[in-house]
Amino acid sequence: MAYEPQTSHAPAAAHGHHEPSFFHKYLWSTDHKIIGFQYMFTGMALAMIGAFMAYVFRMQLAFPGASVPGYGVVSPANYNALITNHGSIMIFWVAMPVLLAGFGNFLIPLMVGADDMVFPRINRLSYQIFLLSALVLVSSLFVKNGGFGGAWTAYPPLSANQTYNLTPLGSSLWVLAVALEFVAFLLGGINFIVTSMNSRAQGMKAFDVPIVVWMIVIASILFMASVGPLIAGAVMLLFDQLLGTSFYNPGRGGDPILWQHLFWFFGHPEVYVVLLPAMGIVAEIMTVFSRKKLFAYKTVIYTLIATGVLSFFVWAHHQFVAGIDPRMANVFTVTTVLISIPIAEMCFVYIATLYGGSITLSTPMLWALAFMAEFLIGGVTGIYLGASGLDIFFHDTYFVVAHFHYTFFPIAVIAVFAGITFWFPKMFGRYMSDGWGKVHFWGTIIPFNAIFIPLFILGAAGEHRRIFDYHSFPHLATPGLQALRIMATVSLLVMLAFQPVFLINFVNGIFRGKKADKNPWKSNTLEWTTESPPPHGNWAEMPVVYRGPYEYSVPGRAEDYWPQNEKA
Amino acid sequence: MSTARTIATTRSAMGIPTGRLAVWWVLVSEIVIFGGILVSYVMHRLGHPEWAAEAAHTNTAAGATNTFVLLTSSLSAVLGHKAAESGDGPKAARMLYFTCLGGLTFLTIKAFEWTHEIREGFTLQAGGFWSYYYAAAGLHAFHVLCGCIIMLVVAASAKKNENLHRVENIGIYWHFVDIVWIFLFPLLYIAK
Amino acid sequence: MAHAAQAAHPAPAGAHAHHRNYVKIWAVLTGLLVVSVTGPMVGIRVVTLVAAFGVALVKAYLVAKNFMHLDIEKPIVGWMLGLVLMLMVLLYAGVAPDVQKSAGQRWTKSDKFHYVSPQLQKAEKGNQSEHERGANH
Repeated sequence: MAYEPQTSHAPAAAHGHHEPSFFHKYLWSTDHKIIGFQYMFTGMALAMIGAFMAYVFRMQLAFPGASVPGYGVVSPANYNALITNHGSIMIFWVAMPVLLAGFGNFLIPLMVGADDMVFPRINRLSYQIFLLSALVLVSSLFVKNGGFGGAWTAYPPLSANQTYNLTPLGSSLWVLAVALEFVAFLLGGINFIVTSMNSRAQGMKAFDVPIVVWMIVIASILFMASVGPLIAGAVMLLFDQLLGTSFYNPGRGGDPILWQHLFWFFGHPEVYVVLLPAMGIVAEIMTVFSRKKLFAYKTVIYTLIATGVLSFFVWAHHQFVAGIDPRMANVFTVTTVLISIPIAEMCFVYIATLYGGSITLSTPMLWALAFMAEFLIGGVTGIYLGASGLDIFFHDTYFVVAHFHYTFFPIAVIAVFAGITFWFPKMFGRYMSDGWGKVHFWGTIIPFNAIFIPLFILGAAGEHRRIFDYHSFPHLATPGLQALRIMATVSLLVMLAFQPVFLINFVNGIFRGKKADKNPWKSNTLEWTTESPPPHGNWAEMPVVYRGPYEYSVPGRAEDYWPQNEKA
Repeated sequence: MSTARTIATTRSAMGIPTGRLAVWWVLVSEIVIFGGILVSYVMHRLGHPEWAAEAAHTNTAAGATNTFVLLTSSLSAVLGHKAAESGDGPKAARMLYFTCLGGLTFLTIKAFEWTHEIREGFTLQAGGFWSYYYAAAGLHAFHVLCGCIIMLVVAASAKKNENLHRVENIGIYWHFVDIVWIFLFPLLYIAK
Repeated sequence: MAHAAQAAHPAPAGAHAHHRNYVKIWAVLTGLLVVSVTGPMVGIRVVTLVAAFGVALVKAYLVAKNFMHLDIEKPIVGWMLGLVLMLMVLLYAGVAPDVQKSAGQRWTKSDKFHYVSPQLQKAEKGNQSEHERGANH
């Protein structure tokens, strides 16, 4: 092979002469683990802002016109800005950084047996650009006239024309923030893809790579391929907003439907970009806590690739009632319903993985099981929406909102808590409390369902989205429906009340948790073969791999697990 | 903290050197970005036959000259790669400087061309065709500029016979920029 | 040291042990450029399209093959690039029915979609008034 690794030992002289300063160690680091934490903590901070926004607008919906404690009275413009930024923040500044960049950065070099990413300085730069994008977004909330209120989908002419959106500064800052975030993830994605392709440990063939790494890499490729047209589209939108061009202005030769297509061409693969890492995390946890190998690992990879490809063929199901050619709507209905097949197959694979296993219901495992159950509901309700006939009624109702929260919440919240509770001992060298973890789990899952099941009912009753007050809609302003809105809001308050349990458990765990050894869960993958937390450079001597990642409960062995780097 | 080269960078499970593999992925992301704006342009251009009258006011001579400039700079880029492969760092650096000069020439010609067009009243705001014209060519020009800057950085190392593998990598990026222009030229200038 | 090692091994497996004649290829590219500029001057639509876009495809192929050495690169790179180009075709196919067409089943786009730049509007008015003056003679 052309390029032999130069050395299998970490360059000893380069490290350890002097202890780096706090700034260099935590703020200016090129170490993938630190960068992973930076993304993760930034994402968690933005999650609190996004959750606060949800609190405010749900209070407005349950008690219209009342002053919301901690915020004040919600005007229509405020409401629009809140829902727009809640959606944007949760997708771009919480789900993506935590799942893709946070776990991706931390896990990939460790799981493939490398000392770091291939381009550590570009990795650092990607976080810095991401942080800038977050700061731009937050600043957009405080400028004159407030944050952008045109929905996270930003359709022109509302988003392009300040006489319509009334937030000239906020709108442009929002577009700029999104564009910067895209650049950050393009840079990060190149690191993930190239590291996983090229920097695997000696002996690690493609099918010896843990599934979560495959998932993150495929997600990065999906992101890269789908975001390009939207970057072009976002530049065009920014030009329309600031320079008077007419890309989306039908009165001067442009077309607003173009934006919709460019947005959703990205927007649909984007949901798989966040879904795949979540499913990967759940798979790793399920194999460890059922002491069984992943069922049909190779088939899963082929299915993932098929899902990725198919995800590019379904985008206009978001535009069924936008005025697209109805014959195209037929095509997109077929492809949309088809894509439920590989995802359903994944669900069956996970169930088959659990079947007959020695299951331990630890906190990570509870989260992983909850992911399956809740995502199943989300996925099934998506089929209703994918059929264009039904979508004529359901489009832009709360049925859609409930559907995507039943998919996004498992992705961005459940899988994240699963991953954090699972890898916490490795990341910080200590344990979180499992007991309090379970309290947090039930205090999150039960209210979650109580928030969104009412929203399915409200949507089926015809409640439109993005309306700040239903008093003008007599058939929607009935006491029965209002009771459902109040129920959803109260459940949100309960759910939010349980989140400090996690935060306290997390912070307490970092500083005062019981010390963890290398491999507390007796897992096979390479990250568990090094210290907890791993040192800079990850291993003193790089591991060599002899088998796949899921050799659990192999007959004839004393132990029920078989680490990848253990000599036969 | 160390910014020394990681072991990860030196491995090559795919048989392609890491830097080159990364550049190919950069091209993948660039194809979709340019693809997005060009596909949008093509759809509009085909749907608005009256844009041909607007397009008649582009300066084909300037466009053709710029095409020649970029082609020639691509030649010097690949000759730089040939020099780097034989270990001749200083020659590779010279070829890269020449390539960069080509890029700057391109930008200069474009600056004159656009100044003239804007003076005639064909501004960014003059309507659909012109919005795309300036946006697409502008995006390309931005990539030319970034390419020149990176090339200077690579040449500075190459002159000292260091990191010679980067000469090929920046060359691949530069050839891509050339290919985009190869398509932009007929799309914006000739299709009248 | 890593850098010297890579410089001293300039021809890893699968790379360009003998280099092709790059200047010759450049000359061919320049010739094709001349064709692409003179072809449209003939005025026949098909000739224009072939000269402009056909030549562009050939030139792009030559640059990709000879300058980027894609013909001797590992196949996976070809797949990466090819798939993403196909994706752009898909984008076109999915969006053109809405954006490119000016009418469909039961809908037409308003005349306002056909916007003429102010500069050309002035020119048109200029022409019209000339015609009027001519007609009045």
